[in-house]
Amino acid sequence: MTRYRAVFPNRYIGVRAVALWLVLVVAPLSWSADLEPDRADVLYHRYEGDNATIDGPALLVRKRLGKQFAVTGKYYVDSVSSASIDVVLTASPYTEERKEAGLGVEYVNGKTRVTAGASNSDEHDFTARSAYFAVTQDLFGDLTTVTLSYGRGDDQVRRVNDDNFEEDVDRQIYGLGISQIITPKLILGTTIEGITDEGYLNNPYRRVRYVDPTNAQFGYSFQDERYPDTRSSIAVALRGRYFLDYRAAVHGEYRYFTDTWDIVAHTAEIGYTQPWRNNLIFEARLRTYRQSEASFYSDLFSRVDEQNFLARDKELSRFSNTTLRLGVSYQFAQNGWGILDRGSVNLTYDRIAFDYENFRNAPAGGPVGEEPLFAFDANVVQVYFSFWY
Amino acid sequence: MNARSVRLFVVFCAVAMGGCATVDPWVKPYERANLADPIMAFDRDPISSSYMHHVYESREGARGAAGSSGGGCGCN
Repeated sequence: MTRYRAVFPNRYIGVRAVALWLVLVVAPLSWSADLEPDRADVLYHRYEGDNATIDGPALLVRKRLGKQFAVTGKYYVDSVSSASIDVVLTASPYTEERKEAGLGVEYVNGKTRVTAGASNSDEHDFTARSAYFAVTQDLFGDLTTVTLSYGRGDDQVRRVNDDNFEEDVDRQIYGLGISQIITPKLILGTTIEGITDEGYLNNPYRRVRYVDPTNAQFGYSFQDERYPDTRSSIAVALRGRYFLDYRAAVHGEYRYFTDTWDIVAHTAEIGYTQPWRNNLIFEARLRTYRQSEASFYSDLFSRVDEQNFLARDKELSRFSNTTLRLGVSYQFAQNGWGILDRGSVNLTYDRIAFDYENFRNAPAGGPVGEEPLFAFDANVVQVYFSFWY
Repeated sequence: MNARSVRLFVVFCAVAMGGCATVDPWVKPYERANLADPIMAFDRDPISSSYMHHVYESREGARGAAGSSGGGCGCN
């Protein structure tokens, strides 16, 4: 631990004490899996971008029951007020609320951890139910951790003002995760996740536009989207974190994604975490994302029913985005306070810039098919309190 | 795959896994203090990362493999 003293004399007494405690107390326990400490998080989130505001609270509580069991409960609310480009052209601005609740259980036995859970999400025109099961095993002197997971989803899609419309989606999720300690300062992880969907995958409100010379006002008309009723995707991610001697961390991540709709996406992220004194942690991240368009996507079809499948969702277009995140965390009551072992208050700000390469801002006007390309910036703020008890 | 191949495969796996069970960890437990530091966690605040995954999955075509790969430093 002398490196702290060498770099910052007299500054990291507390850090040294924590590190020493970890070596003397935590490390000897590492030969058996253990439950994470009890914890509660309360969060307020707010997203603003493209004339849409989505905000609300979230709650996550974790409680141990004995030495081998733990339960987790979560509650999440999205309050949506939207006049985004998705609704300006073919629908009306709207407000709605989504509520999600979930319950999970965890069981630890030796080096094996079993988790299972279920959640339910409700909106007035959409219900999503899901369940998951995962087994995690520590191997090779706990240098390697392997997780196998399986999840199942069941969505019900409805449409406002149409009581006769109700469709289903069945989803299955298969996952494999491995984390590996490489050196005393470097840990790597990889995740592979395959997802299959079957059912009604359209957005029931979205429509495509096609060239229509008989429409004298706009020069184009609309028809309903038609998606394939199956989709399979696979994503592979590699991530790593490296500890710097003056007590800081850098991390990097890359994810490759491809699916049966011909979307190929690349995601890359780098970040830096810097503690300050004994109670502040600063963080900065840069994330970039790029994807190709789905095979049946077009901003403007040449005629009605041009092909079997039709989509004009900007989420299926060719686009990229870049996120810059800044965050700060203040640790309080580190020596305990009442029933609390410790706590933190956290603030994060993400600025996301979206640039679409073949989705046009049709409401902006101009010659048909030559309207300006769409772009917007979003601001995402999170404020949350974490309590360990 | 015939029965002999299956038996050979099972024996191979048993031998291979047996070797794994006795592997000597090249990073000892007492060398994992830095990895146990909270700043080294893949997912320090699950409530926050879960929300950001939701933000991205709602606006991007890609999905999956966005969370941490489980486990950690083996320091629990």
